[in-house]
Amino acid sequence: MIEAELSRSVQRWCPGATGVTGAAKLSGGASQETWRFDITHPDGPIGAILRRSPKGYGAAPTRAAGLAAEAQLMQLAYEAGVPSPRVMHVLTPDEDLGTGFIMQRVEGETIARKILRDDAFAVARPLLARQIGGVLAGLHRLPQDKLPELRSRNATQEISEFDRDYRSLNWPKPVFELALRWLRDNDPGPSAETTLVHGDFRNGNLIIGADGVRAVLDWELAHLGDPMEDLGWVCVNSWRFGEIDKPVGGFGSREELFAGYEAAGRRVDPARVKFWEVMGTLRWGIMCGGMMQRFREGPDHSMERAMIGRRASETEIDLLRLLAPRGG
Amino acid sequence: MQDEPTPIELTKAVADFLRNDITPLISGHQAFKLRVAVNILDLVTRQLTREEGSDAKEVERLRALLGVEGSLTDLNRALAERIAKGNVDLATPGLAEHLWATTMDKLAVDQPNYVSYKRELERGG
Repeated sequence: MIEAELSRSVQRWCPGATGVTGAAKLSGGASQETWRFDITHPDGPIGAILRRSPKGYGAAPTRAAGLAAEAQLMQLAYEAGVPSPRVMHVLTPDEDLGTGFIMQRVEGETIARKILRDDAFAVARPLLARQIGGVLAGLHRLPQDKLPELRSRNATQEISEFDRDYRSLNWPKPVFELALRWLRDNDPGPSAETTLVHGDFRNGNLIIGADGVRAVLDWELAHLGDPMEDLGWVCVNSWRFGEIDKPVGGFGSREELFAGYEAAGRRVDPARVKFWEVMGTLRWGIMCGGMMQRFREGPDHSMERAMIGRRASETEIDLLRLLAPRGG
Repeated sequence: MQDEPTPIELTKAVADFLRNDITPLISGHQAFKLRVAVNILDLVTRQLTREEGSDAKEVERLRALLGVEGSLTDLNRALAERIAKGNVDLATPGLAEHLWATTMDKLAVDQPNYVSYKRELERGG
């Protein structure tokens, strides 16, 4: 059904396009959907991806940058040579497709466990930690005067926001209290420099090919803040998928990540990176609690959501490993 | 007293039926959901098996640490409050050991294959 609207759309902005085929929904929450499809073109089919909020879902959650900002950021990244899909078209109201954008499909793998285990990525894997450092350096250098309007958050504001989120769950967890205390005691304050922060840069949000990182996805949590936040988040144990001795997404070491970042001309502050890793671990734990709450209160009474609630304890053991490591 | 078989035995029987007899018949997204369902039943079985013992030890530790009586929920709430206020921290004798023991007991139920947990088990539980 969506193919009719998509066909009309592509014929307007893609010269030579005659229609679309193979539209399939890849993922969809209530407010955001991702579709894949092929544009029929005399030069051969063009792989494309639609990211949209269907009609009637205008309001984005408070932390999200919004699809228009996401499209703008991806386009800026693409132009600056940061691996990113090319944005082909931003939806207009008369196309009847909701709000969002269409981008060129980048082939590769996003499933973290496959990237960490399949032979196809054996050559790329040992290079990824360093490469990711370079990609983040490029991302943090995107020209600020061209950025869309984004929320701005420093460490102190983030701590109080997570504190509030945690308390709203009414879910007393001594380990989370300990982490909140540690974060307050170790708050590094405003960073010397404020840059674009991707906000969800991790294994699972990257398209990886045999040659390495091909695209950075999911810019919806992009904001202005401490660039070290992205370096800390990519190291959170939850994104190592079992390869716990390789902090950077299960690929490699912090040293390689830092070397890649600094080789691209930017400075690393390891203490800040550690702060954001602790913050990120707690952040995912609180998100698990949010899943539990939504499971209980509906409307999504799914088993998956219930089980994600039970994953908060994973972040508790990781927080203890960070804050109260046992000898040896 | 309720009759037998026990909830542990019943839950395990359902999980085994779904795993062994139904899994081969299902594919696609429903197979994924079936796997989640079996995981839930396995988790429930582990909790029913271990909860009584681990809760008793947790209450004992909390009473010693806080010097007050109360239910497990009350005691956890009290500990959380004391940490938030800064009255108790990692320098407090017994706190780190308590949090480690409690967390290890949780992981044994929630996610015994989580690699951080397996690594800490190797260190001696």
